[in-house]
Amino acid sequence: MRKILTTEAHTPNSGKSAGLPANSVGIVEPQSHTFPGPFKLACGRVLDEYTLVYETYGTLNADKSNGVLICHALSGHHHAAGFHSENDKRPGWWDHYIGPGKPIDTNKFFVVSLNNLGGCHGSTGPTSINPETGKPWGPDFPPLRARDWVHSQAQLADHLSIGQWAAVVGGSLGGMQAMRWALEYPDRLRHCVVIASAMKLSAQNIAFNETARQAITSDPDFRDGRYLEAETLPRHGLAVARMIGHITYLSDDGLGKKFGRELRSGTFQQGVEELVEFQVQSYLRYQGDTFSSSFDPNTYILMTRALDYFDLAREYDDDPVKAFSHARCKFLLVSFTSDWRFAPDRSREIADALMHANIPVSYAEVASPMGHDAFLLPNPRYENLFAAYMNNVAGEQDAEQRNEMSDGKNSEVSS
Amino acid sequence: MMRKDLDIIHNWIAPETRVLDLGCGDGALLARLEKEKKVGGYGLEIDPGQIQKCIERGVSVVEQNLDNGLKNFADQSFDTVVMTQALQTLRFPHLVVEEMLRVGRECIITFPNFGQWKARWHLAVSGRMPVSDLLPFEWYNTPNIHFCTFKDFEVLCREHSWQILHRQVVSESPVSGVLKDFLPNLFGETAIYHLTR
Repeated sequence: MRKILTTEAHTPNSGKSAGLPANSVGIVEPQSHTFPGPFKLACGRVLDEYTLVYETYGTLNADKSNGVLICHALSGHHHAAGFHSENDKRPGWWDHYIGPGKPIDTNKFFVVSLNNLGGCHGSTGPTSINPETGKPWGPDFPPLRARDWVHSQAQLADHLSIGQWAAVVGGSLGGMQAMRWALEYPDRLRHCVVIASAMKLSAQNIAFNETARQAITSDPDFRDGRYLEAETLPRHGLAVARMIGHITYLSDDGLGKKFGRELRSGTFQQGVEELVEFQVQSYLRYQGDTFSSSFDPNTYILMTRALDYFDLAREYDDDPVKAFSHARCKFLLVSFTSDWRFAPDRSREIADALMHANIPVSYAEVASPMGHDAFLLPNPRYENLFAAYMNNVAGEQDAEQRNEMSDGKNSEVSS
Repeated sequence: MMRKDLDIIHNWIAPETRVLDLGCGDGALLARLEKEKKVGGYGLEIDPGQIQKCIERGVSVVEQNLDNGLKNFADQSFDTVVMTQALQTLRFPHLVVEEMLRVGRECIITFPNFGQWKARWHLAVSGRMPVSDLLPFEWYNTPNIHFCTFKDFEVLCREHSWQILHRQVVSESPVSGVLKDFLPNLFGETAIYHLTR
């Protein structure tokens, strides 16, 4: 697993080259920073220090008011937009929504996207070396909660001299972090964009996550989580976990439209004994295999547990209205009609709680057959409303700057 | 919505109060109330195009189908609940008004007057259901399924003991504009009622 030890942040190379799309942020380079501890976690344990790897897109303005934080979901990472090289086949995971002229417009915003603590793409996590033992943390890495991510993200904001985000944005588990931001640091964000998320998981959701974890831990190569030391990898377990997850991120309708009952190989013809394989089988296996060669099983367990543990209002007497009454920012909520993992009802609950707490909120239920994955995919209505909202966020900034300038002039005149 | 309509509602809503606008359309009313009277609140809308316009305007809009009721809102949680030109599209208009008065201390409702002379004339002379600029639908494809006149609405208010704080009719044509003061049910095009319990 890649480990980046440099601590100096440097300006990303955002130069575009001829081969890349015009509305791409271009070639981007991950940066990293190591934060000195002690960093106390929600579980009570303390990290002596930790490293976060992140990317930035766009330019921070003079008064540092145009920062947008992207919080990633379960299997996400810092590479949200652009390309790492000209030969990169695929851009970052949210490239469709981040870039010049895109909803999160990098001509207007300074976008920060990180790999969360506990991740496996360069930030401190189960694959890092435990300084006490000199061996990989593995299963001994402390359990994390969404609030731990939020607190570490706040330290990253300090490092980048961003006192207040124009917006904190996230889908799914990322949306949970965005909401937690609004409660933990109410004065450090002006807008909170929560897409296809929930205030807490349902029993069905936890059940899916548990099945995925069981798939990993029951793989003989899991070795009680010490597979790195044993130089094995529970590849099959992780692939099955991903397959289970993937099915739940799509919809019945979406899968049906994409694959139907089409065969990849084999036949039902009498007398021919060639095994029948449906297209959807091969697709799922491909998804599982690709994922299991790029993701750490212990991180998957850690992330799904953080998802399960999240309960926005737990410490507010289980009252979401009481929880949101601490928020000072404005909210945009989006859900997708065919998303059954984070169903529209979950977003409506958030909208209701915000309205009861008298917090400005807009909520749209976007028609899509793509299930939970819709939040990552192109969709004209979603793009338009997201762009319109973010455009106003940028507009507010400009208006504030103009006001400050004219205030300055007035005070000069009066003094 | 006609401009006059908006002016009157604007006047009836007190500054720095909380408003819920049912079927808020493009958010014009809420945007104006927020700007000129520091009124806070939300619009409810189901049309994606209108929701987009609200977001562009910076109006807080929540996608919600009014046919599913207002169960997600607490009793008396808004100062005023507004509904413009939607009463006639509802399956059970009287139940919606009850709900509006549960959620809000007051409510403001506007609806097209089906007792207006043009509608009466159309039905009397042609023998067919009225089609006008304001109500451009045929009977079979119209979203307007529960038409009423001013008189009908006044009867409904009496039956339910809703108190009428203000009532006003507006008309677009200048001639009707004068005549409506004398014969509102004949010359008023749009009725605006301000109710409380």
